[in-house]
Amino acid sequence: MRIALFITCFNDTLYPQTGRAVVRLLERLGHTVEFPRAQTCCGQMHFNTGYRPEALSMVRRFAKVFAGYECVVTPSGSCAGMIREHHRTIAGQYGDAKLQAAVETVSPRVHELSELLVDVLGVTDVDAYFPHRVTYHPTCHSLRMLRVGDKPLRLLRAVKGIDLMELPEADGCCGFGGTFALKNPDVSTAMLADKVHCVQSTGAEVLTAGDNSCLMHISGSLNRLRTGIGSLHLAEILAATEGDAR
Amino acid sequence: MSGTTADSLVWLGTPSFPEAARTAVADGRLRANLRGATRTIRARRSTLAAELSDWEELRTSAAAVKRNALRHLDTHLIRLEAAVTAAGGTVHWAADAAEANRIVTGLVAATGEREVVKVKSMATQEIGLNEALATAGIRAYETDLAELIVQLGDDRPSHILVPAIHKNRSEIRDLFRDSMAAWGRPAPEGLSDDPAALAEAARRHLREKFLRVKVAVSGANFAAADTGTVAVVESEGNGRMCLTLPDTLITVMGIEKVLPSFADLEVFLQLLPRSSTGERMNPYTSLWTGTTDGDGPQDFHLVLLDNGRTATLRDTVGRQALACIRCSACLNVCPVYERTGGHSYGSVYPGPIGAVLTPQLAGIEHAPSLPFASTLCGACYDACPVKIDIPEVLVHLRARAVDSKRGPVPTAEALVMKAAAATLATPHTLTAAQWVGALGGRLLSRQGVLRSLPGPLAHWSRTRDTPAPARGTFRAWWRRTHRQEGR
Ligand code: SF4
Repeated sequence: MRIALFITCFNDTLYPQTGRAVVRLLERLGHTVEFPRAQTCCGQMHFNTGYRPEALSMVRRFAKVFAGYECVVTPSGSCAGMIREHHRTIAGQYGDAKLQAAVETVSPRVHELSELLVDVLGVTDVDAYFPHRVTYHPTCHSLRMLRVGDKPLRLLRAVKGIDLMELPEADGCCGFGGTFALKNPDVSTAMLADKVHCVQSTGAEVLTAGDNSCLMHISGSLNRLRTGIGSLHLAEILAATEGDAR
Repeated sequence: MSGTTADSLVWLGTPSFPEAARTAVADGRLRANLRGATRTIRARRSTLAAELSDWEELRTSAAAVKRNALRHLDTHLIRLEAAVTAAGGTVHWAADAAEANRIVTGLVAATGEREVVKVKSMATQEIGLNEALATAGIRAYETDLAELIVQLGDDRPSHILVPAIHKNRSEIRDLFRDSMAAWGRPAPEGLSDDPAALAEAARRHLREKFLRVKVAVSGANFAAADTGTVAVVESEGNGRMCLTLPDTLITVMGIEKVLPSFADLEVFLQLLPRSSTGERMNPYTSLWTGTTDGDGPQDFHLVLLDNGRTATLRDTVGRQALACIRCSACLNVCPVYERTGGHSYGSVYPGPIGAVLTPQLAGIEHAPSLPFASTLCGACYDACPVKIDIPEVLVHLRARAVDSKRGPVPTAEALVMKAAAATLATPHTLTAAQWVGALGGRLLSRQGVLRSLPGPLAHWSRTRDTPAPARGTFRAWWRRTHRQEGR
């Protein structure tokens, strides 16, 4: 299948290895990945912080750049949520009829990685190998906006060699919330402390999730506290093979 | 908007949410009290909701009934007025807090009494009724246990349903011992912090008032437009006392509480107790229709309160907040509320619903930080029995808060956001910024990690490390490895 990758501005800049993993994984499964180079950002930060008109040009760009694709994947639950749920809101409020129509066509074709694999491509075993103790944090947007349910866990359970540890209070928010962490630093830190405590209690070596923004937040504290627990995007675990372990 | 609306709804002079939250988060005892209490209620709520096979259908019908009620609010209210009047009650209309207070104070004064007993009521808190009565020389006694605790402590409520959730048993015992005497019957000698002993002390203290006081003030959970029936649900029976023993009953009700018909109660009486206290039924459900000769209060007044509600109704996205049945489920599941408690919201309505209701009722300029007091995690939306999309209203109000500050001189934040938007406008500007950021990041980082960040990001880096921007972006990697493809 021909799949377009929306890398997200955040992953592009800070976590290119996640994008490389998505490409590697999908190519290994026999698909063709395309990267429309004119892409930039989904507008989530602007939208969530109240700067809607500023997000409009990003919505426009997204709809235009991805117009020709039947299937778009993005390794971020919150960006997928933004596109599917809110591009319509912005187009409706500030855009024209043409933009609205374009958004209606493109948005439903955008999938977060686990949705793409399980729902669209119909695989749960991607033939990955990752011999480590891992715990999974279901990010809020994946959980409650996209409703990915246990798809990421089904994918993880099929990984060979993996030792999956259950995360207590898994559905509790990590306290990131984009600019929330900057506007309400004390509450954010209190929530983070509880999340980190839960992660530590699992005895896992690696924390994984479907969104690098939440992972950056949590691992920022895991690192600062020198817990020795690493973090990896779901895509990177799914892309790992026996060859990598050797 | 009249100044009085904001005056009692928003606690003037309290700091903005982030500032108030800082103090709350640092209070270990408060956090422990909240964590324990919200977790217990939360667990009970999900067990009891799971018990009903048609829970989701119930939520859907509740949302539909409320939407209908709000869409034709004027019609339903006029029907309600007619029905209440026909049943022997008197209906009063109050445009704002000041008018409602004037009406109630006048009604009490007309009886010649100087005391009233009160059923726990958000509407009367919203208008600051107790203070208004006090000014007129009338003493109001709260009879809900948690509300009594708040009153004795000269405190403020911190939860919709459990206003004293921030206090633990021993704090309550101390309060009873020190303050009860000033309000009536003192606490018994050697009072322990056993819940049963505390309840008994409150019961004896309150009983005197129930038997003596001739005027009661209540709120209302619902009112049925077709029959004129008003409903109050509660757990302790104190409400039942207030609603039956006094000669005069004055009910203050937000206009959004009206339901089209008595039959609609069926849905809400299943949803409300399960969502709020995690019970199958409210222990006490009191329904009254006007007055009944020789039984209960012989004089009944219903005060219909607007206080910002019709203004809220005008906002097509924000109006859904008026469907709230004040069950407090959203508070109990909210991770932000759990860490900060209700006082940080600086309003009668705390938590997620407060964050969307308060700025609308009082005017966004009176609570500009509240729509930002959420991570948008969505737990409130999932819990809400009437399916209010709280995250949707939060981002909607954020846009209104930002837009209200747009002017010839942009704020610092607006400048940052504009610059970010310009950067993200095209792949070329984005690439240029990535290049500059990566260079700066690498210069400042140690082993790929940034330990402290400048400017507005300093808060972030106080407790978290940040990865330095990668050596090469994904974009650059793709260009190198996929030369032929892509566009
Ligand atoms: S918003 Fe919903 S969950 Fe929150 S108090 Fe109101 S009805 Fe309950």
